[in-house]
Amino acid sequence: MSSTATETGTTFAPAADTLGAVLMPGARPPRPSAWSASVTFGWRAMLKIKHVPDQLFDVTAFPIMMTLMFTYLFGGALAGSTTEYLQFLLPGIMVMSVVQITMYTGVAVKTDIEKGVFDRFRTLPIWRPAPMVGYLLGDLFRYAMASVVILIVGLVLGFRPGGGPVGVLAGMALLVGFSFALSWVWTMFGLLLRSEKSVMGISMLVLFPLTFLSSVFVDPRTMPGWLEAFVNVNPITQLVDAVRALMAGTTATGEIAWVLASGAVFIVVFGTLTMRLYNRK
Amino acid sequence: MRKRSTDLAIETSGLVKTFGDNRAVDGLDLSVPAGTVYGVLGPNGAGKTTAVRMLATLLRPDGGEARVFGHDVVREADTVRGLVSLTGQYASVDEDMTGMENLILLGRLLGHAKPAARDRAAQLLEAFGLTEAADRQVKNYSGGMRRRIDIAASILNTPELLFLDEPTTGLDPRSRSQVWDIVRIVVAHGTTVLLTTQYLDEADRLAGRIAVIDHGRLIAEGTPGELKSSVGAGSVHVRLRDPAQRPEAERVLARELRAQVYLEADPVALTVRVNGEESDRAAAEQAARALSELAASGIVVDDFSLGQPSLDEVFLALTDRPATTEEAAA
Repeated sequence: MSSTATETGTTFAPAADTLGAVLMPGARPPRPSAWSASVTFGWRAMLKIKHVPDQLFDVTAFPIMMTLMFTYLFGGALAGSTTEYLQFLLPGIMVMSVVQITMYTGVAVKTDIEKGVFDRFRTLPIWRPAPMVGYLLGDLFRYAMASVVILIVGLVLGFRPGGGPVGVLAGMALLVGFSFALSWVWTMFGLLLRSEKSVMGISMLVLFPLTFLSSVFVDPRTMPGWLEAFVNVNPITQLVDAVRALMAGTTATGEIAWVLASGAVFIVVFGTLTMRLYNRK
Repeated sequence: MRKRSTDLAIETSGLVKTFGDNRAVDGLDLSVPAGTVYGVLGPNGAGKTTAVRMLATLLRPDGGEARVFGHDVVREADTVRGLVSLTGQYASVDEDMTGMENLILLGRLLGHAKPAARDRAAQLLEAFGLTEAADRQVKNYSGGMRRRIDIAASILNTPELLFLDEPTTGLDPRSRSQVWDIVRIVVAHGTTVLLTTQYLDEADRLAGRIAVIDHGRLIAEGTPGELKSSVGAGSVHVRLRDPAQRPEAERVLARELRAQVYLEADPVALTVRVNGEESDRAAAEQAARALSELAASGIVVDDFSLGQPSLDEVFLALTDRPATTEEAAA
């Protein structure tokens, strides 16, 4: 217990009349709807960003660094010029950054569980998944912010998407939507694993190969056959190809369908597992 | 006043919760009458918190049954959640958020519309003396203020049953007595309170009935008075002038009172529990005889008293060890 605060408590004396006046046995409003409870938890996530703004570091500085680093590192070698490479890389690096940021969802869940406030949420008579959905609503904001930051850096460096504003927005929406679905994997690990470090460790172990062994940096056709086979079934490859196509203004119906389907599977499977763990904790 | 007032707020039978090899709660039977403060007393690790977490629907029992106002905590968990509130051992509010934001959040989650949630939050902050701290993050609150915002959150919708899990652990004496006052007011308005504590005086002061638990089992239950008298008629406390005379005084007292003599930490103090089978009068007579025997043996007694046993002594008698041995830095 910290005692850093100025002690206004010492002057407080509980009075039967003032305290009695706020006690209202029996008076209860109807329960909030599932949507209202989820949005309220989303509001909490936004408030936490306001109070602890350093958590936005992951969605601002980190994506900028990734974009600059990989553009100038690989641009010359892979495409002859950085501006040329950027047209190919930017959608990919956007996918990579946002998908990697999803791991912080699990860490946030884990951090919260270890505090008493989680117990209070779990004793409330509300729609059970609401606290989890609330995290993810807050995360949607973070994903959108990271995407916008990368887009701006890209535009400054010379990214000129053929799909125009509509294509770019559609690509970002698909990415943010998929990331929302993928986050349920990490909420599950957040509830399952013992410590924040192990949640982080598992997330990195899954996300690093998944994002690097994809079509983010290079065309899979340049890879050895066995790797190309893996890269082609990697959902991140499908996502990158879909986002790239949307932003470039070309068609990629198959990839988009594949991304939406895998997103739905993530929500159904890992959402269910998350809620089972949440209820049994 | 309320229709449930004659019913039981909590009823458990054979409640069990195991964590690996550890039977944290091991066949617990409790009956808590509605409208009272019920104390659950035990050292750290006795299973108090585990029992509360099961009753508050946070943990699933591994065996036995538990009902809150007649509703099963597993099968009717959602109904139970509508009736109870929990103030845990650690702050059950979000420390990154302000006091105001915490209460608005809960108000919204409990179904209040935005303006109503804001009004209710302001009202509660005022009643708990936290208006000035309304816009400060809870992590900057003192221990006593944290407890208060926590209890305010718990009564946002006034619950039928309020769990207070060690509400005063780690608080300074003034904050403790504030919490005690709040508990009394809350109970006077019809809420049943289940209070766990490792402080014996706290249970004695607040609770109408007390359950003493140890190793997950109920070892005694009753009113504070019943618990005390079940252990013995009382205790004789003796203070000597000269610590060197204590071994001699111990021999005289053991012989006269035919009971075990406890040597206190204070080198001049001794305590003897007088046998329970005898009546109070006999105990007083025995004590008087012991006193004159001490004088006859040339032992100078500075202070002598015969009192009801404290709950500390009750615990010692029930468990053969003091209540405080397992106290850890919580």
